[in-house]
Amino acid sequence: MTAVWWGIVLTVVGCYGFKIAGLSVPERVLVHPFTVRISELIPLGLLGALVAAQVLAAGDRLVLDARVPALAVAAFLLWRRVPFLLMVTAAAATAALLRLLT
Amino acid sequence: MTSDPSDRAVVADSLGVAIAVGTYGVSFGAIATASGLSVLQACVLSLLVFTGGSQFAYIGVIAAGGNPVTGAVTATLLGSRNMFYGITLAPLLRLTKRQKWLAAHVVIDESTAMAVTRDTTRHARLGFFWTGIGVFVLWNLFTLIGALAGEALGDPRTYGLDAAVGAAFLGLLWPRLTTPSARLVALVGAAVAAGLVPFTAAGMPIVLGGAAAVLIGLLLRTSREEAA
Repeated sequence: MTAVWWGIVLTVVGCYGFKIAGLSVPERVLVHPFTVRISELIPLGLLGALVAAQVLAAGDRLVLDARVPALAVAAFLLWRRVPFLLMVTAAAATAALLRLLT
Repeated sequence: MTSDPSDRAVVADSLGVAIAVGTYGVSFGAIATASGLSVLQACVLSLLVFTGGSQFAYIGVIAAGGNPVTGAVTATLLGSRNMFYGITLAPLLRLTKRQKWLAAHVVIDESTAMAVTRDTTRHARLGFFWTGIGVFVLWNLFTLIGALAGEALGDPRTYGLDAAVGAAFLGLLWPRLTTPSARLVALVGAAVAAGLVPFTAAGMPIVLGGAAAVLIGLLLRTSREEAA
Protein backbone atom coordinates (compact mmCIF):
# COMPACT_ATOMS: atom_id res chain seq x y z
CA MET A 1 0.00 0.00 0.00
CA THR A 2 2.82 2.39 0.89
CA ALA A 3 4.54 1.56 -2.40
CA VAL A 4 1.39 2.63 -4.27
CA TRP A 5 1.58 6.00 -2.48
CA TRP A 6 5.25 6.44 -3.47
CA GLY A 7 4.30 5.68 -7.06
CA ILE A 8 1.61 8.36 -6.84
CA VAL A 9 4.13 10.89 -5.49
CA LEU A 10 6.53 10.13 -8.38
CA THR A 11 3.71 10.41 -10.91
CA VAL A 12 2.56 13.75 -9.48
CA VAL A 13 6.09 15.18 -9.58
CA GLY A 14 6.80 13.82 -13.08
CA CYS A 15 3.55 14.95 -14.67
CA TYR A 16 3.57 18.43 -13.11
CA GLY A 17 7.25 18.76 -14.00
CA PHE A 18 6.52 18.29 -17.70
CA LYS A 19 3.58 20.72 -17.54
CA ILE A 20 5.49 23.54 -15.86
CA ALA A 21 8.57 22.97 -18.04
CA GLY A 22 6.53 23.52 -21.19
CA LEU A 23 5.15 26.84 -19.98
CA SER A 24 8.41 28.11 -18.45
CA VAL A 25 11.47 26.95 -20.35
CA PRO A 26 12.43 28.97 -23.44
CA GLU A 27 11.15 27.34 -26.60
CA ARG A 28 14.57 26.91 -28.23
CA VAL A 29 15.77 24.72 -25.34
CA LEU A 30 13.00 22.17 -25.81
CA VAL A 31 12.02 22.30 -29.44
CA HIS A 32 14.24 20.19 -31.62
CA PRO A 33 12.86 18.09 -34.51
CA PHE A 34 14.06 14.96 -32.71
CA THR A 35 12.28 15.73 -29.40
CA VAL A 36 9.11 16.77 -31.23
CA ARG A 37 9.13 13.50 -33.17
CA ILE A 38 9.63 11.45 -29.99
CA SER A 39 6.85 13.34 -28.23
CA GLU A 40 4.45 12.31 -30.99
CA LEU A 41 5.58 8.69 -30.86
CA ILE A 42 5.46 8.13 -27.07
CA PRO A 43 1.66 8.27 -26.67
CA LEU A 44 1.19 6.07 -29.75
CA GLY A 45 3.57 3.35 -28.54
CA LEU A 46 2.57 3.44 -24.88
CA LEU A 47 -1.19 3.52 -25.48
CA GLY A 48 -0.86 0.67 -28.00
CA ALA A 49 1.10 -1.34 -25.41
CA LEU A 50 -1.41 -0.46 -22.67
CA VAL A 51 -4.36 -1.66 -24.78
CA ALA A 52 -2.64 -4.99 -25.50
CA ALA A 53 -1.51 -5.59 -21.91
CA GLN A 54 -4.91 -4.64 -20.52
CA VAL A 55 -6.89 -6.84 -22.89
CA LEU A 56 -4.65 -9.90 -23.33
CA ALA A 57 -2.70 -10.35 -20.10
CA ALA A 58 -3.82 -12.36 -17.08
CA GLY A 59 -0.85 -12.20 -14.74
CA ASP A 60 2.06 -13.53 -16.81
CA ARG A 61 -0.15 -15.43 -19.28
CA LEU A 62 -1.83 -14.35 -22.51
CA VAL A 63 -5.52 -15.23 -22.61
CA LEU A 64 -8.40 -14.60 -24.98
CA ASP A 65 -11.51 -13.92 -22.90
CA ALA A 66 -14.52 -11.58 -22.77
CA ARG A 67 -12.22 -8.54 -22.89
CA VAL A 68 -11.42 -9.16 -26.57
CA PRO A 69 -15.00 -8.90 -27.90
CA ALA A 70 -15.48 -5.94 -25.54
CA LEU A 71 -12.54 -4.20 -27.22
CA ALA A 72 -14.04 -4.95 -30.64
CA VAL A 73 -17.28 -3.28 -29.52
CA ALA A 74 -15.26 -0.29 -28.30
CA ALA A 75 -13.44 -0.01 -31.64
CA PHE A 76 -16.72 -0.16 -33.55
CA LEU A 77 -18.26 2.57 -31.37
CA LEU A 78 -15.17 4.78 -31.68
CA TRP A 79 -15.40 4.39 -35.44
CA ARG A 80 -19.08 5.47 -35.16
CA ARG A 81 -17.90 8.48 -33.10
CA VAL A 82 -19.89 7.55 -30.01
CA PRO A 83 -19.00 9.67 -26.91
CA PHE A 84 -16.21 8.34 -24.69
CA LEU A 85 -18.26 7.49 -21.60
CA LEU A 86 -20.89 5.62 -23.60
CA MET A 87 -18.20 3.69 -25.49
CA VAL A 88 -16.43 2.63 -22.26
CA THR A 89 -19.74 1.64 -20.64
CA ALA A 90 -20.76 -0.44 -23.67
CA ALA A 91 -17.41 -2.26 -23.60
CA ALA A 92 -17.82 -3.05 -19.89
CA ALA A 93 -21.41 -4.22 -20.46
CA THR A 94 -20.29 -6.50 -23.31
CA ALA A 95 -17.71 -8.23 -21.11
CA ALA A 96 -20.11 -8.44 -18.16
CA LEU A 97 -22.86 -9.95 -20.31
CA LEU A 98 -20.55 -12.51 -21.92
CA ARG A 99 -19.32 -13.62 -18.50
CA LEU A 100 -22.88 -13.93 -17.26
CA LEU A 101 -23.80 -16.14 -20.23
CA THR A 102 -20.77 -18.42 -20.22
CA MET B 1 -19.11 36.07 -17.16
CA THR B 2 -18.82 38.73 -19.84
CA SER B 3 -21.46 40.24 -22.09
CA ASP B 4 -19.43 40.10 -25.32
CA PRO B 5 -21.16 37.49 -27.54
CA SER B 6 -17.89 36.14 -28.96
CA ASP B 7 -16.58 35.68 -25.40
CA ARG B 8 -19.75 33.88 -24.45
CA ALA B 9 -19.41 31.51 -27.42
CA VAL B 10 -15.88 30.53 -26.30
CA VAL B 11 -17.07 29.97 -22.72
CA ALA B 12 -20.06 27.91 -23.89
CA ASP B 13 -17.85 25.69 -26.10
CA SER B 14 -15.41 25.24 -23.22
CA LEU B 15 -18.11 24.23 -20.76
CA GLY B 16 -19.50 21.73 -23.29
CA VAL B 17 -16.09 20.07 -23.53
CA ALA B 18 -15.66 20.23 -19.75
CA ILE B 19 -18.93 18.39 -19.16
CA ALA B 20 -18.23 15.73 -21.81
CA VAL B 21 -14.71 15.04 -20.52
CA GLY B 22 -15.20 15.67 -16.80
CA THR B 23 -18.00 13.14 -16.42
CA TYR B 24 -15.86 10.24 -17.57
CA GLY B 25 -13.90 10.75 -14.39
CA VAL B 26 -16.56 8.35 -13.09
CA SER B 27 -14.96 5.52 -15.09
CA PHE B 28 -11.52 6.45 -13.76
CA GLY B 29 -12.73 6.45 -10.16
CA ALA B 30 -14.57 3.14 -10.51
CA ILE B 31 -11.67 1.41 -12.25
CA ALA B 32 -9.13 2.81 -9.77
CA THR B 33 -10.83 1.37 -6.72
CA ALA B 34 -11.63 -1.84 -8.61
CA SER B 35 -7.87 -2.11 -9.32
CA GLY B 36 -7.15 -2.09 -5.61
CA LEU B 37 -6.53 1.60 -4.92
CA SER B 38 -8.28 3.30 -2.01
CA VAL B 39 -10.86 6.05 -2.60
CA LEU B 40 -8.34 8.54 -1.24
CA GLN B 41 -5.62 7.36 -3.66
CA ALA B 42 -8.02 7.63 -6.62
CA CYS B 43 -8.98 11.17 -5.60
CA VAL B 44 -5.37 12.25 -4.98
CA LEU B 45 -4.44 11.05 -8.49
CA SER B 46 -7.22 13.12 -10.04
CA LEU B 47 -6.46 16.17 -7.88
CA LEU B 48 -2.68 16.23 -8.23
CA VAL B 49 -1.76 14.30 -11.39
CA PHE B 50 -4.75 15.57 -13.37
CA THR B 51 -3.97 14.19 -16.81
CA GLY B 52 -6.30 11.33 -17.69
CA GLY B 53 -4.03 9.15 -19.81
CA SER B 54 -1.31 9.09 -17.14
CA GLN B 55 -3.81 8.34 -14.39
CA PHE B 56 -5.25 5.39 -16.33
CA ALA B 57 -1.72 4.19 -17.14
CA TYR B 58 -0.74 4.21 -13.46
CA ILE B 59 -3.74 2.20 -12.31
CA GLY B 60 -3.38 -0.09 -15.36
CA VAL B 61 0.12 -1.13 -14.26
CA ILE B 62 -0.98 -1.49 -10.62
CA ALA B 63 -3.98 -3.61 -11.64
CA ALA B 64 -1.68 -5.88 -13.66
CA GLY B 65 0.35 -6.47 -10.50
CA GLY B 66 3.21 -4.28 -11.67
CA ASN B 67 5.70 -2.32 -9.58
CA PRO B 68 4.41 1.18 -8.65
CA VAL B 69 7.69 2.69 -9.91
CA THR B 70 7.09 1.10 -13.34
CA GLY B 71 3.59 2.58 -13.16
CA ALA B 72 4.98 6.02 -12.35
CA VAL B 73 7.49 5.83 -15.23
CA THR B 74 4.77 4.82 -17.71
CA ALA B 75 2.44 7.56 -16.44
CA THR B 76 5.14 10.24 -16.53
CA LEU B 77 6.25 9.31 -20.06
CA LEU B 78 2.65 9.52 -21.22
CA GLY B 79 2.42 12.94 -19.55
CA SER B 80 5.42 14.25 -21.49
CA ARG B 81 3.13 15.48 -24.27
CA ASN B 82 1.81 18.14 -21.90
CA MET B 83 5.22 19.81 -22.09
CA PHE B 84 4.77 20.33 -25.81
CA TYR B 85 1.28 21.71 -25.21
CA GLY B 86 2.85 24.18 -22.78
CA ILE B 87 5.38 25.30 -25.39
CA THR B 88 2.55 26.01 -27.83
CA LEU B 89 0.41 27.71 -25.18
CA ALA B 90 3.04 30.01 -23.61
CA PRO B 91 3.11 32.65 -26.40
CA LEU B 92 -0.68 32.47 -26.79
CA LEU B 93 -1.62 32.93 -23.14
CA ARG B 94 1.20 35.34 -22.13
CA LEU B 95 1.00 34.52 -18.44
CA THR B 96 2.94 36.11 -15.59
CA LYS B 97 5.36 33.93 -13.63
CA ARG B 98 2.89 33.49 -10.79
CA GLN B 99 -0.02 32.63 -13.11
CA LYS B 100 2.12 29.96 -14.78
CA TRP B 101 2.45 27.85 -11.63
CA LEU B 102 -1.32 27.55 -11.39
CA ALA B 103 -2.04 27.37 -15.13
CA ALA B 104 0.48 24.53 -15.59
CA HIS B 105 -1.73 22.21 -13.55
CA VAL B 106 -4.58 22.47 -16.08
CA VAL B 107 -2.39 22.04 -19.20
CA ILE B 108 -4.14 18.97 -20.66
CA ASP B 109 -5.34 17.74 -24.08
CA GLU B 110 -8.69 19.51 -23.93
CA SER B 111 -7.68 22.89 -22.48
CA THR B 112 -4.93 23.08 -25.11
CA ALA B 113 -7.30 22.17 -27.93
CA MET B 114 -9.78 24.85 -26.82
CA ALA B 115 -7.05 27.55 -26.65
CA VAL B 116 -4.89 27.01 -29.73
CA THR B 117 -7.77 27.55 -32.17
CA ARG B 118 -8.39 31.14 -30.94
CA ASP B 119 -7.14 34.27 -32.70
CA THR B 120 -6.67 36.54 -29.68
CA THR B 121 -4.94 36.18 -26.34
CA ARG B 122 -8.22 37.07 -24.65
CA HIS B 123 -10.11 34.22 -26.32
CA ALA B 124 -7.22 31.78 -25.93
CA ARG B 125 -7.17 32.50 -22.19
CA LEU B 126 -10.94 32.17 -21.90
CA GLY B 127 -10.89 28.83 -23.75
CA PHE B 128 -7.92 27.53 -21.78
CA PHE B 129 -9.10 28.45 -18.28
CA TRP B 130 -12.82 27.70 -18.67
CA THR B 131 -12.02 24.31 -20.20
CA GLY B 132 -9.12 23.50 -17.85
CA ILE B 133 -10.83 24.53 -14.63
CA GLY B 134 -14.19 23.15 -15.78
CA VAL B 135 -12.68 19.73 -16.51
CA PHE B 136 -10.74 19.88 -13.23
CA VAL B 137 -13.83 20.48 -11.09
CA LEU B 138 -16.00 17.86 -12.83
CA TRP B 139 -13.21 15.29 -13.26
CA ASN B 140 -12.53 15.36 -9.52
CA LEU B 141 -16.18 15.31 -8.54
CA PHE B 142 -16.88 12.34 -10.82
CA THR B 143 -13.71 10.54 -9.72
CA LEU B 144 -15.04 10.61 -6.15
CA ILE B 145 -18.47 9.35 -7.25
CA GLY B 146 -16.92 6.57 -9.36
CA ALA B 147 -14.45 5.59 -6.63
CA LEU B 148 -17.22 5.21 -4.04
CA ALA B 149 -19.34 3.24 -6.52
CA GLY B 150 -16.40 1.03 -7.54
CA GLU B 151 -15.67 0.20 -3.93
CA ALA B 152 -19.29 -0.79 -3.31
CA LEU B 153 -19.43 -3.02 -6.41
CA GLY B 154 -17.12 -5.83 -5.34
CA ASP B 155 -15.40 -7.99 -7.99
CA PRO B 156 -14.70 -5.63 -10.91
CA ARG B 157 -14.73 -8.46 -13.45
CA THR B 158 -18.42 -9.13 -12.88
CA TYR B 159 -19.17 -5.68 -14.27
CA GLY B 160 -16.59 -5.84 -17.05
CA LEU B 161 -14.56 -3.02 -15.50
CA ASP B 162 -11.31 -4.72 -16.58
CA ALA B 163 -12.56 -4.55 -20.18
CA ALA B 164 -13.47 -0.88 -19.65
CA VAL B 165 -9.80 -0.02 -19.01
CA GLY B 166 -8.74 -1.45 -22.39
CA ALA B 167 -11.58 0.48 -24.03
CA ALA B 168 -10.48 3.68 -22.27
CA PHE B 169 -6.90 3.30 -23.57
CA LEU B 170 -8.22 2.63 -27.08
CA GLY B 171 -10.38 5.75 -26.78
CA LEU B 172 -7.34 7.85 -25.87
CA LEU B 173 -5.34 6.29 -28.71
CA TRP B 174 -8.01 6.50 -31.42
CA PRO B 175 -7.79 10.22 -32.33
CA ARG B 176 -4.01 9.82 -32.80
CA LEU B 177 -4.28 7.03 -35.40
CA THR B 178 -4.55 9.46 -38.29
CA THR B 179 -1.72 8.19 -40.53
CA PRO B 180 -0.57 4.69 -41.62
CA SER B 181 2.75 5.15 -39.79
CA ALA B 182 0.91 6.20 -36.60
CA ARG B 183 -1.19 3.03 -36.80
CA LEU B 184 1.92 0.93 -37.39
CA VAL B 185 3.73 2.43 -34.39
CA ALA B 186 0.74 1.75 -32.11
CA LEU B 187 0.50 -1.80 -33.47
CA VAL B 188 4.21 -2.44 -32.80
CA GLY B 189 3.71 -1.20 -29.22
CA ALA B 190 0.77 -3.58 -28.79
CA ALA B 191 2.50 -6.58 -30.39
CA VAL B 192 5.76 -6.21 -28.45
CA ALA B 193 3.88 -5.70 -25.18
CA ALA B 194 1.72 -8.78 -25.78
CA GLY B 195 4.77 -10.85 -26.75
CA LEU B 196 6.62 -9.90 -23.57
CA VAL B 197 3.76 -10.63 -21.14
CA PRO B 198 4.88 -14.25 -20.43
CA PHE B 199 8.56 -13.33 -20.05
CA THR B 200 8.81 -10.11 -18.00
CA ALA B 201 7.53 -8.73 -14.71
CA ALA B 202 4.06 -7.14 -14.83
CA GLY B 203 4.19 -3.58 -16.13
CA MET B 204 7.46 -4.04 -18.00
CA PRO B 205 5.77 -5.14 -21.27
CA ILE B 206 4.13 -1.71 -21.40
CA VAL B 207 7.35 0.27 -20.97
CA LEU B 208 9.33 -2.00 -23.32
CA GLY B 209 6.53 -2.16 -25.90
CA GLY B 210 6.30 1.63 -25.88
CA ALA B 211 10.08 1.96 -26.22
CA ALA B 212 10.20 -0.49 -29.15
CA ALA B 213 7.40 1.40 -30.88
CA VAL B 214 9.20 4.74 -30.49
CA LEU B 215 12.35 3.17 -31.93
CA ILE B 216 10.46 1.78 -34.94
CA GLY B 217 8.80 5.17 -35.42
CA LEU B 218 12.19 6.90 -35.52
CA LEU B 219 13.57 4.33 -37.99
CA LEU B 220 10.50 4.75 -40.22
CA ARG B 221 11.11 8.48 -40.39
CA THR B 222 14.81 8.03 -41.12
CA SER B 223 14.28 5.54 -43.93
CA ARG B 224 11.64 7.78 -45.47
CA GLU B 225 13.99 10.73 -45.38
CA GLU B 226 16.68 8.64 -47.06
CA ALA B 227 14.22 7.55 -49.74
CA ALA B 228 13.15 11.13 -50.41
